[in-house]
Amino acid sequence: MARIQGGHVLNVTFYRPPTKLLEGAELDRKTRDAEWSTLMRAALAGDEAAYRKLLDDLSRFLRGVVRRGFAGVGIARDDVEDVVQDVLLAIHLKRHTWDPAMPLGPWVLAIARNKMIDGLRRRGRRPEVAIDLQQFDIEGEDQQASIDAHDVQRVLSGLSERNRDIVQSISIDGHSARDVADRLGMTEVAVRVALHRSLKTLADTYQEKVE
Amino acid sequence: MKTDDLIKALAADAKSVEPPIARTLAAAVAVGALLSLVLFLAMVGPRPDFAEVASSSVRFVFKFVVTLSLAISAFLLVRGLSRPDFKPDKRLWWLTLGPGLLLFGIALEMMSVPSDTWHARMIGHNSFYCMTLIPLLSLAPFAAVLYALKAGAPANPTIAGAVAGILSAGIAATLYASHCTDDSPMFVAMWYPVGFVLMTVLGALIGSRFLRW
Repeated sequence: MARIQGGHVLNVTFYRPPTKLLEGAELDRKTRDAEWSTLMRAALAGDEAAYRKLLDDLSRFLRGVVRRGFAGVGIARDDVEDVVQDVLLAIHLKRHTWDPAMPLGPWVLAIARNKMIDGLRRRGRRPEVAIDLQQFDIEGEDQQASIDAHDVQRVLSGLSERNRDIVQSISIDGHSARDVADRLGMTEVAVRVALHRSLKTLADTYQEKVE
Repeated sequence: MKTDDLIKALAADAKSVEPPIARTLAAAVAVGALLSLVLFLAMVGPRPDFAEVASSSVRFVFKFVVTLSLAISAFLLVRGLSRPDFKPDKRLWWLTLGPGLLLFGIALEMMSVPSDTWHARMIGHNSFYCMTLIPLLSLAPFAAVLYALKAGAPANPTIAGAVAGILSAGIAATLYASHCTDDSPMFVAMWYPVGFVLMTVLGALIGSRFLRW
């Protein structure tokens, strides 16, 4: 890929508290934020189904955010999906930094912003950190959910065979931790620990590529 | 890997959530401060007339007003700075409360003591200890807070690290102030900042690399 030097202003915005009466998009955003916050609270209490629904919603939202942010920089569609996955991993590993008294949307966007800057750096761009904070309401996007992103795949191949097996059985094959534990002759707790460690490794490896 | 598959893996890991970052930070400060306190008691300890001056000397008590206002404002800021969506904006001004009070104290001192004693008060007797003990006693809280911040997601790792440095120096300076017999605000303004600046710069340098996520 050509290395383009020079600045690029990321087009991400942060949520601003409404300054006038809520109308249209503003109201939608409030409702959406409230729903996300409720789901995240349930997820933090260990509710897997709520968490999965939240991550599904967020991935659609983030796809729009990242694509809009990278518009005009010549970032390939697969690369957008790589960044979306990096953001999802960061959301997962940093979810204890969300303050349940605050709306979830701005927190998600702050993480997305950080990872988009990393994503540009990794691709040889030097992003201007002065981020353009304009109003935006990004429609969710679905059409890429089925595209394979390469970064995570590459990182997966660096895991130990057993950990890779565990991650793939749970993610791609959709097995439960219980089933995987039975098949591998491990305890369910050990499988969960291995899964968690592997997810951390995935996130760390992304990070190393930036540095 | 498809994003939907990744989501399945993340959802399966839902129960792995860490304690809230504010709680981790509070624990780190408590442990770090306790370690420094033990080190302080083992090395020098409070001055012999501590109980007496604590109840009779305004200058002595004022040292703690200054160091604690820095430590507390730095702690409140670090708690926010550990989150990605926190924008400090004007809250960084909290850090000027301690130095501001100190300037006020110096003005009072200038009005209440003759000017030919200013120099001696400023130089004091303990400058070497002051410059070495404050950084030394900072180390435990500094390491603990940086380690806790590593579990956070600071939007600006350099600033988060720098304020962690101020926080640790604030704790150290509070301990040191109970040992030091130089109570003039002129002495405090002359020598205490050495440790603060050192820890702040160190925090910014380490934070900018170690606290990225």
